[in-house]
Amino acid sequence: MGEAVHPANTAIPHDHAEEVELYHPHSWWTRYVFSQDAKVIGVQYSLTAIGIGLVALVLSWLMRLQLGFPGTFDFIDPPAYYQFITMHGMIMVVYLLTALFLGGFGNYLIPLMLGARDMVFPYVNMLSYWVYVLAVLVLVASFFAPGGPTGAGWTLYPPQAILSGTPGGQDWGIILMLLSLALFIIGFTMGGLNYVVTVLQARTRGMTLMRMPLTIWGIFTATVMALLAFPALFVGAVMMLLDRLLGTSFFMPSLVEMGQQLKYGGGSPILFQHLFWFFGHPEVYIVALPAFGIVSDLIATHARRNIFGYRMMVWAIVAIGALSFVVWAHHMYVSGMNPYFGFFFATTTLIIAIPTAIKVYNWLLTLWRGDIHLNVPMLFALGFIVTFVNGGLTGLFLGNVVVDVPLSDTMFVVAHFHMVMGVAPIMVIYGGIYHWYPKITGRMLDETMGKIHFWVTFLGAYLIFFPMHYLGLLGVPRRYHDIGQAAFVPDSAHTLNAFISVVALVVGAAQMLFLFNLAWSLRRGRQAGPNPWGATTLEWQTPETPPGHGNFGPELPVVHRWAYDYSVPGAARDFIPQNEPDPAGRAA
Amino acid sequence: MAVALILLVIALGSVVFHWLSPWWWTPIASNWHYIDTTLIITFWITGIAFVAVVGFLAWCVYRYRHRPGQKAHYEPENKRLELWLTAATALGVAAMLAPGLFVWSQFVTVPRDATEIEVVGRQWQWSYRLPGKDGRLGTSDVRLISDGNPLGLNPDDPAGHDDVVVENDDLHLPVGRPVKVLLRAVDVLHDFYVPEFRAKMDMIPGSVTYFWFTPIRTGRFEALCAELCGTGHPMMRGGVQVQTEAEYQAWLQGQQTFAQLAAR
Repeated sequence: MGEAVHPANTAIPHDHAEEVELYHPHSWWTRYVFSQDAKVIGVQYSLTAIGIGLVALVLSWLMRLQLGFPGTFDFIDPPAYYQFITMHGMIMVVYLLTALFLGGFGNYLIPLMLGARDMVFPYVNMLSYWVYVLAVLVLVASFFAPGGPTGAGWTLYPPQAILSGTPGGQDWGIILMLLSLALFIIGFTMGGLNYVVTVLQARTRGMTLMRMPLTIWGIFTATVMALLAFPALFVGAVMMLLDRLLGTSFFMPSLVEMGQQLKYGGGSPILFQHLFWFFGHPEVYIVALPAFGIVSDLIATHARRNIFGYRMMVWAIVAIGALSFVVWAHHMYVSGMNPYFGFFFATTTLIIAIPTAIKVYNWLLTLWRGDIHLNVPMLFALGFIVTFVNGGLTGLFLGNVVVDVPLSDTMFVVAHFHMVMGVAPIMVIYGGIYHWYPKITGRMLDETMGKIHFWVTFLGAYLIFFPMHYLGLLGVPRRYHDIGQAAFVPDSAHTLNAFISVVALVVGAAQMLFLFNLAWSLRRGRQAGPNPWGATTLEWQTPETPPGHGNFGPELPVVHRWAYDYSVPGAARDFIPQNEPDPAGRAA
Repeated sequence: MAVALILLVIALGSVVFHWLSPWWWTPIASNWHYIDTTLIITFWITGIAFVAVVGFLAWCVYRYRHRPGQKAHYEPENKRLELWLTAATALGVAAMLAPGLFVWSQFVTVPRDATEIEVVGRQWQWSYRLPGKDGRLGTSDVRLISDGNPLGLNPDDPAGHDDVVVENDDLHLPVGRPVKVLLRAVDVLHDFYVPEFRAKMDMIPGSVTYFWFTPIRTGRFEALCAELCGTGHPMMRGGVQVQTEAEYQAWLQGQQTFAQLAAR
């Protein structure tokens, strides 16, 4: 039972924290625009992220058109192509995935799931969102700046990022990109501190750390990681800005560009790579851990079964979070760093596979002997497991230093990271939206549209990225505007590229159905009621749906059990909400 | 039911695709067949894991799908099962890591008799430098680069005078002799990438990086750039001709040394 899992944590403290008066909205503007309600901020974050994500989607279409049908589209010349891939990557990783998981799901769910009235610093929380909006606007502005956005690749490696051979390098592109990143990090830090303090300080009575839903564990750990990792990117961005604007040489050695000696000297390009990946690798888990947490809750709820091995799941999240700070240089095996680093980083990288595998086993063992309802959130959870396992296993190729040597910088890498940190987390985002939309709006999303959306997206994404690994195995390098003629690339590889492009267009189009569903169901969706899935966690136990400002009624809920009392033997229903006292009157 | 079937098709279809796919690595032309072996081991282990996981998933979805009267089993933990699975995973990981690190130690240990040669990258072309009769490359500095000295060789270093500078031509190598490839870039990052050799390494302006290999068969192999270096990146092509010793020497006689170039 729940108690058996946490024998030490059964007592509920009796002291009652004093309620803090919330800033209630006085007008339409303070209710929907400059709102200090974490739920509104969460929705704002999500909609902005989805909006900029649509730009990234269109960019991916354009790059796939070029790769599938080279020479057909004149406007996709090499500079444009490099601008497309750069902006696509940067938007997806930072402005969509990070913002949506932490700013979107984090804001909406943390106070609700923990039984808090709101975030502890609501005003800072609002500022966080508006600084994020500013970062997005600066990013978008680079499309309209002279020279267009940067085309340096999302990794922005110097020296090329700030030289004239790269689009935007000597124009506005790179400057706006770096400024936008700096703004994003400032905005995120305001939100992130808020999430951490809220989790540590604002949990309701009885909500011990080891009773928190795994969603919160995932978001919490990811936020702590982001607060430690983003500063590395921030200083990297500032230093590169100084190199570009003031002529410092942090990352710039003596070099000759197109026959001209430049005035730089003494800097280290590889220093930037270390800073970038010290952020960049934890970033993978900043996206993955919230997905791990959310998918755990989706699986438990829709399989009507307790999450298997909850404590192991929590420790696996924490272990992955800690280990992810000592693996960054596995992105740099062929970067020219000291090759002896390879021994250390290959070992740490493969060790991280163990806690990750434990999580996969526990998801499977949660489904095992469950009562699996194959509704849309569950389908997306299954899609996540397949794509995540696939992408995780190919990570074992790239993490094992010597196997990485032939594969690095090929399409294998592109296929791997899209599967593991593109498709898999997006499966969870969709699953999460289908799951929580009824709480956010009071109405269900249309199930038929949801199923079509799922199957096209899941099967399509698998058809895109699974065969792509084999292009990399063949030796096709990534970041090629046009592979052109090469003896080792057979004609069939071009056919495969065309196939992938066609599927990509279809999968992209299927996302429009999802957007339509979001809008259509807002008015026409079936009424959801407070707890349509029969879920145990606190957000489903609110007196109003959608929850009002302050989330709960006059009294905050008191938590008596862990989040996974599904199908408890002898219970009247197949779920017991966290705030339901034990009927036997045992000290809960 | 249908869902379980589709999951099963994905698991088995991926394996079938792997065996039937016409896309596989190019025949190797260097000593790094150990890398290919490690890759094959990794394919086997990860392939088995993938089919096992997705297969089990499919079975669970089929066996435990919701039907009237279906009730989930309540079991928060099973320490023995979790321990057992953790141990099996650790074993699988060790089985991939051990050969991987073993081969890596060979990869980073350059044989003593390897000939040092140099590849220089710039936007967007390759140049090469081979040691002359003294068997050594002279020192160089990017700041010495000029029209008459495209690679920035140090004119005061006697070891560099007999170095052979190759521009606008393939790199020529004798078959069967280990080479340590020193890598330099004069402007941005590049990466000298010949798929048939398996080995590759970035070149960084301001540093000299390296890798080593032994060409094991003759022929011409295409060289590409594998590190994004600006808009001309895909056009940055070169070639490596692996020749018999006699052919190589004949070619070498026709090349100009740095001293000859500088004297012009």
